Amino acid sequence: MVPKAAPEVVVAVTDWGSRWLLLAMTLLATTASAATLPVDKVDVLYHRYDGGGMVIDGPSVLVRKSAGPQLSFTGQYYVDSVSAASVDVLATASKYTEERTEYTAGVDYLYDKAILSLGYTNSSENDYEANTLYLSVNQEFFGGLTTLKMGYAQGWDEVGMTGNDGFEEDADRRNYQLGISQVLTKNSLLGLDLEAVTDEGFLQNPYRQNRYLDPADPGSFLYQPERYPQTRTSLAVAGRALYYLPYRASLRGEYRFFNDSWGIQAHTVEMAYVHPLGPRWVVEGRVRYYTQDQADFYSDLYTYENALTHLARDKELSRFSGTTLGAGVSYEWRQSGLPGVDRLQFSLLLDYLDFSYDNFRDVTAPGNYLPGEEPLYSFDAFVTRASLILEY
Amino acid sequence: MTKPLIIASLLALLVVSGCSAIEPWVKPYERANLADPIMSPSRHGYADAYMHHVYQARESARGAEGGSGGGCGCN
Repeated sequence: MVPKAAPEVVVAVTDWGSRWLLLAMTLLATTASAATLPVDKVDVLYHRYDGGGMVIDGPSVLVRKSAGPQLSFTGQYYVDSVSAASVDVLATASKYTEERTEYTAGVDYLYDKAILSLGYTNSSENDYEANTLYLSVNQEFFGGLTTLKMGYAQGWDEVGMTGNDGFEEDADRRNYQLGISQVLTKNSLLGLDLEAVTDEGFLQNPYRQNRYLDPADPGSFLYQPERYPQTRTSLAVAGRALYYLPYRASLRGEYRFFNDSWGIQAHTVEMAYVHPLGPRWVVEGRVRYYTQDQADFYSDLYTYENALTHLARDKELSRFSGTTLGAGVSYEWRQSGLPGVDRLQFSLLLDYLDFSYDNFRDVTAPGNYLPGEEPLYSFDAFVTRASLILEY
Repeated sequence: MTKPLIIASLLALLVVSGCSAIEPWVKPYERANLADPIMSPSRHGYADAYMHHVYQARESARGAEGGSGGGCGCN
């Protein structure tokens, strides 16, 4: 970890933030297709996020190897290198860099028409440590037309604070996942997913602050620490459909509804189209729209100090919407001719993200504004992914 | 037997006979299109799961990303 700033300077922890992500991601990592063990492979990814003052990039390397007909082992190494000068950071602190490293080890066990998966992930950075245990079962029914997935993950996070050695808090997280995928016709698949997440403990970012009107001078504002509830429970329900078109191409549609105990509701809609060009090249395009309401206790500017029991000015808790436009190209090479390699796939994927906030104002905007009259914040970002998958 | 009981019995019979009659209506030899990689929910392996990471860090919604999550990209 790179030292971020002088101790007296309040430094925002990475926007990459909320470590419950780890839970969700590791749980997702168990969605092996039932009744067949995943193929042995090496999956190498370079990822880069650039936008809103943040640059986050790094590699991911995943290796999967079976041992006999019933067992498959997987290991992954993942890095986020963060260079942060986002609007949250610039408002109350100075630019910083840091690194997060993640290791995952897992095993899948095939038994009849079910796959049992078990895994463990550790994520580490200088001021945050997260450990997650996950397990899941996938079971096939009706001659493979129906697959039921059940997953559970538990996470133990330790929250620290750079420049404050005495600061140490915990957060515990639990994910419950239920999914069903159904072959509808010889050209269409349907999926339904349900996921509940509960968090307990220190759920806020220890560096972030919110603002309130200065009682001595209504033309300015003061900062105070964030104060989140100690618990959060959320539920997400998603439906998705995948359709093979009358010519060789596929169309995917998804909708997700989200609701949590902080009063946030969100809707996500996504469409994607995949189109092969000859036997080896595939192009694809996608569009995604996301919108959410604010948390009950969120405010861009409180009218006075400690105006509510809970206080937050995280823009992720405000009311906003985001649009993504994505495109990709991949090259697939079967019977590669390379010794021991059955299949090789290279993909380059580019996504453009645009977020517009309805009640989060940009206090770093140049010019003189009265508190609460600053321009609304918005930003865009590019996400680049270069992926190489080698099956052996 | 009361009327609701008769209806319940008929329904139960229907369910039981229905269950025993359920057979895969898409035969294995009819699944060529479904097996095409362009129908895979996680064709890009871990790269697909990475996008969920990007969104989860920017948005409050979380969970139910489904098979497209892929994680290890095992699909």
